[in-house]
Amino acid sequence: MNKTDALHLLEHESIRIIREAVAEAERPVMLYSIGKDSSVMLRLALKAFFPMKPPFPLLHVDTTWKFREMISFRDETAARLGIELITCSNEEGLRQGVTPFSHGCRAYTEIMKTDALRQALDSRGFDMIFGGARRDEEKSRAKERIFSFRDGGHRWDPRGQRPELWSIPNLTKNRGESFRVFPLSNWTELDIWRYIAHERIPVVPLYFAAQRPVVERNGQWIMVDDERMELAPGEMPRMKLVRFRTLGCYPLTAAVESRAATVEDVILELESVRTSERAGRLIDFDQAGSMEKKKQEGYF
Amino acid sequence: MKNGNGILRFLACGSVDDGKSTLIGHLLHLTGNLYDDHLRILQEESARIGTAGGVTDYSLLLDGLMAEREQGITIDVAYRYFDTPGRKFIVADTPGHEHYTRNMATAASQCSAALILVDACRGVMPQTRRHALICALMGIRHLLFVVNKMDIAGWAEHVFRNVEAQCGLIAGELKHFGLSLAECVAVPVSALHGDNLVALSQKTFWYEGTTVMEWLQRIRPRARMERAAPRLPVQYVIKVARSGNAWQNGVGEKIRNWDTGTYRSYAGTLVSGRLKQGDRVVVLPSGLRTRVNEIWCGDLEVQEATAGMAVSLTLEGEHDIVRGEVIAPEDDTPEVAHLFKAQLVWMDEQPLYAGRHYLFKSLTGTATAEIIRIRNRIDPATYQRLAADHFSLNDIGEAEMALSRPIPFDPYHKNRETGGFILTDRLSNKTVGCGMIMHAMRRAGNVHWQFGEVERGERAAIKGQKPCVVWLTGLSGAGKSTIANCLERKLHGLGRHTMLLDGDNIRHGLNKDLGFTEAGRIENIRRIGEVAKLMADAGLIAITAFISPFRAERDMVRRLL
Ligand SMILES: Nc1nc2c(ncn2[C@@H]2O[C@H](COP(=O)(O)OP(=O)(O)O)[C@@H](O)[C@H]2O)c(=O)[nH]1
Repeated sequence: MNKTDALHLLEHESIRIIREAVAEAERPVMLYSIGKDSSVMLRLALKAFFPMKPPFPLLHVDTTWKFREMISFRDETAARLGIELITCSNEEGLRQGVTPFSHGCRAYTEIMKTDALRQALDSRGFDMIFGGARRDEEKSRAKERIFSFRDGGHRWDPRGQRPELWSIPNLTKNRGESFRVFPLSNWTELDIWRYIAHERIPVVPLYFAAQRPVVERNGQWIMVDDERMELAPGEMPRMKLVRFRTLGCYPLTAAVESRAATVEDVILELESVRTSERAGRLIDFDQAGSMEKKKQEGYF
Repeated sequence: MKNGNGILRFLACGSVDDGKSTLIGHLLHLTGNLYDDHLRILQEESARIGTAGGVTDYSLLLDGLMAEREQGITIDVAYRYFDTPGRKFIVADTPGHEHYTRNMATAASQCSAALILVDACRGVMPQTRRHALICALMGIRHLLFVVNKMDIAGWAEHVFRNVEAQCGLIAGELKHFGLSLAECVAVPVSALHGDNLVALSQKTFWYEGTTVMEWLQRIRPRARMERAAPRLPVQYVIKVARSGNAWQNGVGEKIRNWDTGTYRSYAGTLVSGRLKQGDRVVVLPSGLRTRVNEIWCGDLEVQEATAGMAVSLTLEGEHDIVRGEVIAPEDDTPEVAHLFKAQLVWMDEQPLYAGRHYLFKSLTGTATAEIIRIRNRIDPATYQRLAADHFSLNDIGEAEMALSRPIPFDPYHKNRETGGFILTDRLSNKTVGCGMIMHAMRRAGNVHWQFGEVERGERAAIKGQKPCVVWLTGLSGAGKSTIANCLERKLHGLGRHTMLLDGDNIRHGLNKDLGFTEAGRIENIRRIGEVAKLMADAGLIAITAFISPFRAERDMVRRLL
C-alpha cells in the first residue's frame, strides 16, 4: 500500500485511536459482532499492539438468532488468534421466549441486544468499549464522536457531546461512566472491503454470493437459516444466488441478489452499486430516526 | 488502488442559511456518492418538507439529528464522506449559529482546508469574519470563499467582484493579525443548481478561476507536517515478558528471544517529519539520549517512518520511557517549559477567570494548569485585541498559563499536533476550552525554587507543633470571625503559635486594590490562600475567616496547601 493512499491513512489513524483508548482505559473490551467491520477492527488491534496480544477481551452479544456460519466463524477466529472471547445473552429474555417473530423487531432488539449488552458491560465494569460502527452507515451516526461518552446508564446525549480537538480526546470520567470508541468512524463500506482485500482478512462466507434458501418479504430476500424461521401460509423457501452486505440476526437481515463470489467481485459490485448498505437492515426502517432513538437508549 | 492522493479533511462554514448543507449535499450527488435509496428518500422529503421549491433540497441530507430537523437548524458537526478517483474527502458540516463556535473550532482543529459560504446578495457578514478567524487561528491555511446563490443575484459579475473584494480584505487583515494564509480565493456558485461545483458554468462566463472541486483536489494537506521537525509522542508502551503468554500467535523467534527479559517497544504516531532506523534521538522531558533500533508498522519492520504513521520503536539500550514523553531528533528538539502564552478558545458556559485551575492534556502529557493572566480578548468581527479580565463562552484570546510540571511542546504555528492542548474541568470532566501554544515565557527560568536550606518540618519542630491552615467559610454574618477568634484564643492558651487572617483586615491592607467583582473575589481568595500557605510553611497554625463563594476557589486553596 502506498503511503499516500487513503486506506493507508485510515489504517494509521485507527491504530492511533485504539492505542489512545487503551492507554487511558481501566478495563477495555472490544465488541465483536463477527461482521466485516469487526474483522477489520480486530486486525487493526493486532497491528496496534504487535507483537503483544491486544490487552483486552472480545465481547459478543449473542441473541441466539445469528446465522450459524457466523457462530462457527467467531469461535474459529478467537481460537486461531488465542484471544479471550466473552459471549453473553439475555438469559431472562431467552427464558421468556423473546424472538423477532414473537415480539416484533423493536422489542426484540431492545431486549436481546440492548439489555444484554448493558448487563454484560455492567457486570464486568468495562469502561472503554470498542465498536465497529462507521459514520457513513446512518444519519445520526454521522454526528457521533469517535470517543463517545456514556453516562452511568449507558445513555448517549447527542446535545451534550464532548468536542474532539486535534487527536487529543478528553477521556476523563467518573466511576460507572464509560466510553464507546469507534476506530472505524471515518471508513466507508468500500474502504472496509478494499482493506479486507489488501490485507487478506478472513470474513464470514455469507458476504459472498452462493445459492441460499430464501423467502421474499416486503420486497426483500430473507434467508431461511434454520427450522426456527416461521413461514407464512403458502410461503416456500427457494434457492437464489444471494449475498449479504451486512450481517445481523438472520430474520432481520435481508440478502441481496448478487454474483459477487470473491472479495474482488464485491469491490467491483460496490463501485457500481446504487443502494446503501443499511437498506438491507430491517430495524432501521422501523421508525423515522430509529437509530438515534436506539442509541439514546443504549443500543450501540 | 484508488484514492491514491490520500484524504482531505475540510470544513464547510458560514452564516445560517448561506447554503452549506445544500452545497455539501450537491457535491455528494455530483461526485456520484449518493445511493439511490438515499436519493429517493431525499426527493420524497424535499417534496414534503423541502424549502427549495420544487428542486431537490440537498440540505435535508445533512440535517441528521431529529431535534434539528424539528427546529430547522443544524446543531452539531456532521461528517460526510465522499470518494473520488483522486482522493477521499471528509467534510465537516458545521453550524452557523454563533452559539456553536466551539463546534466549529473543534472541526477546524482537524481540517486542512475550509469553504466559507457567503450569500452573494448579503455579502460578508460578521459571522463570515468570525469563521475565517477561527479557521486561521486553528491553523487552516487554505480558505475558499464560496459566493453562493449567484442565481438569485442574476449571475451579475459586479455582485461577485464586490464580495470577492470584501473577502480579500479579510485575508489582508488576518495577515496583519499574524495569521498568514497560503491561499485565499473566491468562487461564484449556485449550490442549489450546481454551477461551478464540479464544472465551470456558462452562466459565469466572466469567471476564470477553479471550480470548488478542482480547488479541493489540488490542496496538499500533508506537506506541512512532513516538512516539520520529527516528533513522536509515546502513546503506549508495549511490554511482553519473554516467557509470558502475551505474545501474539505466530510471532517469530527473532522477536521472542529479545536479549533482555522483557520485550519493550514505544508505540505512537509520528506526528511530523521523518524518522529512520539508526537515527540519534533524545527523549523529552527526561533528556535521555539514544538511537532508534527498529521501526515497526504493525507486524512489518520498516526502514523509515513518515508523518502520520502509527508505529512502534525499539530503542538502543534499556530504558523506562513513559506515555507522554516525546522522541525527537537530537539536533531538532521541542522546547520544554511549564510557563507559556497561548491562544485560548473558551467553550464552557462558566466563564474563565485568572487564578482558576484545570486539567491540561496535550499529546505530550497531562498536568494541572493555572491560568495566571488573561491578556486580551479578540473581537472576532473586527480582529481587534480588547482588554479583558475573563473569557465567556465562545471567547477567543490570549492568556498566560502555568503547568504543574514542564512538558515538551512546539509553538502551534510550527506544529499543529504538539502545539495544541485541551483544558478540562476537574469536577464535571467537561472540556472547557482548547488552546494553541504561542511561546514559552522566560519567567519560568528566573523564579527558581530555593531548596536545601531550612525545611518546613524543621521550622515546625522548633515550635513543637503541627502547622496547618484552618479555613472557615460561610455567608456574611454566619459567625465566622467570632468562631475564629475563640479558636485562636484557645489554641494560644494551649501554647500554640497561631495567626488569624480576617477578611476585613486583609481587605484594608494587602487586598485593598481589589474590588468586589467576580475576578476581584477570586484574586482575594487566591492571595489569602498564598499567605496562609506561607504561614503554615513558617510553622504557624493559620486560621482564616472568609466568605469563599466559589467551589473552584476553595479547591484552589486546597491544592495550594
Ligand atoms: N436560490 C438558491 N437557493 C439556495 C442556494 N443554496 C441554498 N439555497 C437555499 O437556501 C436555504 C438554506 O440552505 P441550507 O443549505 O440549509 O443552508 P445552511 O444553513 O448554510 O446549511 C435553503 O432553502 C436552500 O434551498 C442557491 O444557490 N440558490
